[in-house]
Amino acid sequence: MNKKYWQSFGELNQTDAFRKETENEFKEELLPVEELSKEGLLEGKTPRRDFLKYLGFSTAAAALAASCEMPVKKAIPYVQKPDNLIPGVPNYYASTYINGGDAISVVVKQRDGRPIKIEGNEMSGLTKGGTSARAQASVLDLYDTIRLRHPLQRDGKGFKEVSTFEAFDKMVGDALASLGGKQVVLLTSTINSPSTLQLINEFLAKYPGSRHVQYDGVSYSGMLLANEACYGKRALPSYHFDKAKTIVSLSADFLGTWLSPVEFSSQYAETRRVKGKNPNISRHIQFESMLSLTGSNADDRFTHKPSETGAIALALLAKLGGGVSAPAISDARLAKGIDQAAAALMASKGESLVVCGSNDMNIQVVVNAINEVIGANGNTINWAVTSNYRKGIDADLEKLSADISAGTVGAVLLYDCNPVYTHANGKKLGDLLAGLPVTVSFSPTLNETAERCKYIIPHHHWLESWGDAEPKSGYFSMIQPLINPLFKTRAFQDSLLKWSGNASDYHNYLKSFWVTKLGSEDLWNKALQDGVVEAAVAAAPAIFNAGAVTTSASALSSAKSGNIEVVLYEKVSMGDGSQANNPWLQELPDPVSKVTWDNYAMISPELAKTLLGIDVYNNQKQADTYEVTPEKPVIKVTVAGKSIELPALILPGLNPSTIAIALGYGRESANPEHSKDRVGRSATGAGKNAFPMAVFNGSTVVYNAVASAEKTGNVYPLAQTQVHGSSEGRPVIYETSLSDYSKEPGNVLKHPREERELLLVDGKTDFVKDATIYPDHVKPGIKWGMSIDLNTCTGCSACVVACTAENNVSVVGKIQVQRAHEMHWLRIDRYFTGDKQNPDVVFQPMLCQHCDNAPCENVCPVAATNHSSEGLNQMTYNRCIGTRYCANNCPYKVRRFNWLDYTGSDSFADNQEPLRGTDLDDSVFQMNEDLTRMVLNPDVTVRARGVIEKCSFCVQRLQESKLESKKNQDPSIVRNVKTACMQACPTHAISFGNVNDKESDVYKIRNVDQKDRTFYVLEQLHVLPNVSYLAKIRNTDRQLGHHDEEHHEEKKGAPAKAHA
Amino acid sequence: MSRYRKIINRIFASCLFLLLVSVQNNVKAADGEALWKANCANCHKPDADYTGPALKGWRDRVPNEEWIYKWVANPAAMIATDAYAKSVFEKWKPTVMTGFSNLKKEEVDAIMKYVDDYQPPAPKTAAGGGAAAPETDNSLLFGILTLVLAVVAFILLQVNSNLRKLSDEKEGVLRGEPVPFYRNKAYIMAGILVLFGIGGYYTINGAIGLGRQKDYQPEQPIYYSHKVHAGVNQINCLYCHGGAQDGKHANIPSVNVCMNCHMAVNEYKGDPIVKEDGTPVDGTAEIQKLYSYAGWNPKTKQYNPDNNNDGIPDGARPIEWVKIHNLPDHVYFNHSQHVKVGKQNCQTCHGNIQEMGEVYQFSDLSMGWCINCHRESKVDFFNKETGEGNKFYSIYEKFHNDIKNHKLDSVTVEKIGGTECQKCHY
Repeated sequence: MNKKYWQSFGELNQTDAFRKETENEFKEELLPVEELSKEGLLEGKTPRRDFLKYLGFSTAAAALAASCEMPVKKAIPYVQKPDNLIPGVPNYYASTYINGGDAISVVVKQRDGRPIKIEGNEMSGLTKGGTSARAQASVLDLYDTIRLRHPLQRDGKGFKEVSTFEAFDKMVGDALASLGGKQVVLLTSTINSPSTLQLINEFLAKYPGSRHVQYDGVSYSGMLLANEACYGKRALPSYHFDKAKTIVSLSADFLGTWLSPVEFSSQYAETRRVKGKNPNISRHIQFESMLSLTGSNADDRFTHKPSETGAIALALLAKLGGGVSAPAISDARLAKGIDQAAAALMASKGESLVVCGSNDMNIQVVVNAINEVIGANGNTINWAVTSNYRKGIDADLEKLSADISAGTVGAVLLYDCNPVYTHANGKKLGDLLAGLPVTVSFSPTLNETAERCKYIIPHHHWLESWGDAEPKSGYFSMIQPLINPLFKTRAFQDSLLKWSGNASDYHNYLKSFWVTKLGSEDLWNKALQDGVVEAAVAAAPAIFNAGAVTTSASALSSAKSGNIEVVLYEKVSMGDGSQANNPWLQELPDPVSKVTWDNYAMISPELAKTLLGIDVYNNQKQADTYEVTPEKPVIKVTVAGKSIELPALILPGLNPSTIAIALGYGRESANPEHSKDRVGRSATGAGKNAFPMAVFNGSTVVYNAVASAEKTGNVYPLAQTQVHGSSEGRPVIYETSLSDYSKEPGNVLKHPREERELLLVDGKTDFVKDATIYPDHVKPGIKWGMSIDLNTCTGCSACVVACTAENNVSVVGKIQVQRAHEMHWLRIDRYFTGDKQNPDVVFQPMLCQHCDNAPCENVCPVAATNHSSEGLNQMTYNRCIGTRYCANNCPYKVRRFNWLDYTGSDSFADNQEPLRGTDLDDSVFQMNEDLTRMVLNPDVTVRARGVIEKCSFCVQRLQESKLESKKNQDPSIVRNVKTACMQACPTHAISFGNVNDKESDVYKIRNVDQKDRTFYVLEQLHVLPNVSYLAKIRNTDRQLGHHDEEHHEEKKGAPAKAHA
Repeated sequence: MSRYRKIINRIFASCLFLLLVSVQNNVKAADGEALWKANCANCHKPDADYTGPALKGWRDRVPNEEWIYKWVANPAAMIATDAYAKSVFEKWKPTVMTGFSNLKKEEVDAIMKYVDDYQPPAPKTAAGGGAAAPETDNSLLFGILTLVLAVVAFILLQVNSNLRKLSDEKEGVLRGEPVPFYRNKAYIMAGILVLFGIGGYYTINGAIGLGRQKDYQPEQPIYYSHKVHAGVNQINCLYCHGGAQDGKHANIPSVNVCMNCHMAVNEYKGDPIVKEDGTPVDGTAEIQKLYSYAGWNPKTKQYNPDNNNDGIPDGARPIEWVKIHNLPDHVYFNHSQHVKVGKQNCQTCHGNIQEMGEVYQFSDLSMGWCINCHRESKVDFFNKETGEGNKFYSIYEKFHNDIKNHKLDSVTVEKIGGTECQKCHY
């Protein structure tokens, strides 16, 4: 019997409510006809008359629709067609996604002049074609309705339009000229654009006494200062996870949100990919307080109080012989973990790496000392190339705030930062800004900071901008506009040029900057075409100065701890909240908690027991009461007098003293009445702002604190997707440890292979043909197949957003997610397994498996879903009548039903409005604005109400690639096809191709390279999926993948049902 | 009860009879003409050359009457082997007739008989013409006959029921007063059934036709004559509709493409253009309209200056053509697939566009129409021996073997999945 995997406490304990729920998959009330079965046609509560009403309505509706005239449509060609554009044929341009200091090289798909999809740029040496969820979603921000459409000027309590840029320039120019010698401060996010930095210096030179302050919503000051103390450089080095055999992370979420997760994911995957018979994969040990995405991927994971991070770093350094004394670690498991980590780090000395997510400078100094001892400096940490992702120093902003209070600052110009929201004392900062004579904001929206400013000149979206970025020294990435500015906006750099008296515009400035740098205009054009300019630099160490370690160590040994501590973290979807009004990101389930649309207080089951009196492990009734309904108990968390009330989400794997709260939520205008127009309909009401709980410790802002918490008696609904599809106890995941795998690679899949044998009778051997009563259909040309590597999938969810963007997947809003109506074609299932207190986590991307013997196809009464000769399970929306038999019969629960008119594409107009507020959220209406709909992919049908939809393997891409191949008479061209999820994946966990082609990746993975790890989910049902998975291998000493002591196995009846 | 059963039986029997008669009737009456319209009329006219030759008088031209069966089944093979076939090809090349191996001998006979019997429709004489054209449509006659028979059947049923009543009275069986026929449930039911049948027939036909626009010929902002451009002046279709070989849309050309020629061609000197309803069209005036859209000054022979800096001459604006060929949103259609890969002529779907004044929709663009073509059209299958054909198809191992073993003679679009839902709907 296989190891137990569970998604919820109900599943773990097999509670009554869980069983009922899995039996009754669709909870919605169906048409009243359902009752008839019990009571007969006429006796029912909803008798014949109702039936006739429905019949009459549908007849009348059909007649009405039938009598409609065909509308007259216009076809309007260009007056002068641009040369490089053929209507209907997409163009691709390289550019760069920038947000704060983040920079990801991308290729943007432009269709008829509209950017509609972001793809990773495979020429980038940093991301290697990977993207993040936020980069994927940023194309929707371009069409955000809250973007400002022209420059604004404060007018009493509101704002008025400034009609021309010239008028604006004159106003600001006059204001800056009449400051009377007071300072001009340019407050920006981290800027890693070399041309912009040069331009800023030129601007500052025009206004003597002015300065440039960089500020990050989520700060990395601690590392910058620690590096200054240890290496004499206020900079961040390059990390090389790809060269590391042992990776120890002290609460750094480097696969999700820490520094440059796309780059790190790509490197990390290199060390996690199983190659050959005796594979080598890295060992990853995570110490953390909450359960992060990175922690979920670790081989071994240990939890501790947030305040203990320093102690652990010290203990680790002491164990490694660093000559420091460490405070005693009382938790035996944790102490053992530190021993293990130290041993592993030393064993692979020179190929080890320790990273730490803390923003406490002292901890980072100790981590630097550890990296010195284990020989990371110069090997896995490269000081020859520095990272420019974050440069902000927290103390600088504190000083600015003090200077404003002191009256020495006359003007503040704010670009790409929102301190009123992201700063712990943002409200106070806002008041200070409002009191200044000159405040200019370049914000594209009227966000919390911009609305306190006097002048607002909106900056372009990056898809409308020229620019460059230098995420790491020597690695340049170009930005070129994909569309003319939609509104009357102007580049920040253009304004600075104007105000510093430079007549050139930024495009020419940038071009001459680069032509000078590269040597010729041809090279500049090539740089734009490729999107990246990179120079190889050999790795080099920096000279370590151990002087700071002793002081830091003594400071750390007196860290304050408490019974309850709060830790603030970023989510992969939301980050610091700058993209909070993006419905795709809001509806993206958090990979670990599976919650959408909100933040919450994550607590462990142990804390839940003491704080809320809910024992999810042992008291079935309490577990069900907590888990079955979306309403969660609200707790009040207080840090240093500041309180926040949030729903509690119980999750195993957290430290029992820890409450984890995500940043980036709770965006709100100073006057909440304006919130929907200014911060947006999707951002408003989503969660609470946790930034005020961050603490400035005198040198940096730290994101953990001693807190108190109490139960409030209120409840708040959370829209969680995790238990919407259950495999009902059937094994869907296989994993083993590296040592077991190396000994006997075949063992990991022994169980499913045996089950396959059971289906074969009378000495027959061919599972595909002989184990079924259905005939085998040949796939004469192409047979599409996908392989997903569970070892390299980190759960980052970039694929989910890429799928949403590519396939026009509807946003359904929080109310509908609560009703399990989310429409995602691709979801990432999260399973817990093993020790209940410290479970292992497995992520499994789940999409339509395109079964060759698909159970959905047999039950469709109208043949709306059927099979193609290329192995695709086809869904024909215009034939679907919405019986949902297919969804009911799908063992993978990947079929989605359009319960409501989410897209406004129904033939009956205006059937959304009556549902506003009760069934449809404002975010659904936001998605249906004309402006927002410009993001739709014209090659994919926008589905109407009442039909089933699901993953199509991006059939539009497959068809396009086949056409290309036919036009060029070269069948090998189809090998280049990439589905949207595969293209977005930063770890290349997904392979796709023609299984009939022996040269294709997916054929080689299944039949040659990874034969021993290839399994199909629920293979024993003989549905013959076309998606295969590669079993997970963990590099740990623990025993994995065997039947362990779990006593639940006997109790549950689910597996027996599976075979029924 | 037994009485009802008898009536039901009778109704059933007469329905069955009517059905049989009508089916038989269909087969005989429709055969030749329907087959002709479905298979041949796209390219042939009985009495005039079209895409293919006029067919009247074929018996005198072909070597023997068996020839026609072989030709219809596989013209390409015949061209290679048969001298007369080759001569026909020489005359009409590069067009090659599509093979119709699905047509049976009798069906070919029926078609050819239709061709032989074909009389061009008599030109309509002026109103009040005395000579009545012979009535060829028999449906009125059949209708009257059916009605008469129905009345006779009704009278007989009434007589039967009266006789039964008399006999019952004679035998002393007590029965209630006979129900008049208009309250007789059997008659009412029969009436409802008939009405339901007729109503259903028209509703379904109406519903099927919903959204189809065959013969749609809207008035366009400029009277653009394809006959003048593509017909008389022989401009290649792809010169203006280049998108047809590059992408999904054929694309209506932008105004600057029109101006490529019309900077020089500023008046119409060809044969008089007359609309279908007889109104004459002033070609030169239509060219002037184009100039106004393009922002071109015909007097100075220059574009207007671009004073408002929008990148186009002042006064220039796009032409808002009325879209004729509309597919529903859930249909994916790609021109380049058909033009570049499938090597289809534009005329296959758009009709004889080179003879149209204002364009009308030639095909009904229905799914059945698409599917039929996909079933019949052959792909340019790769021949491993000769290396001919599209190399993409070299991956279809099974079909290569089948062709080699003579199980298959050619590969249709349907064979490679061309009739599957997700080839056009996604």
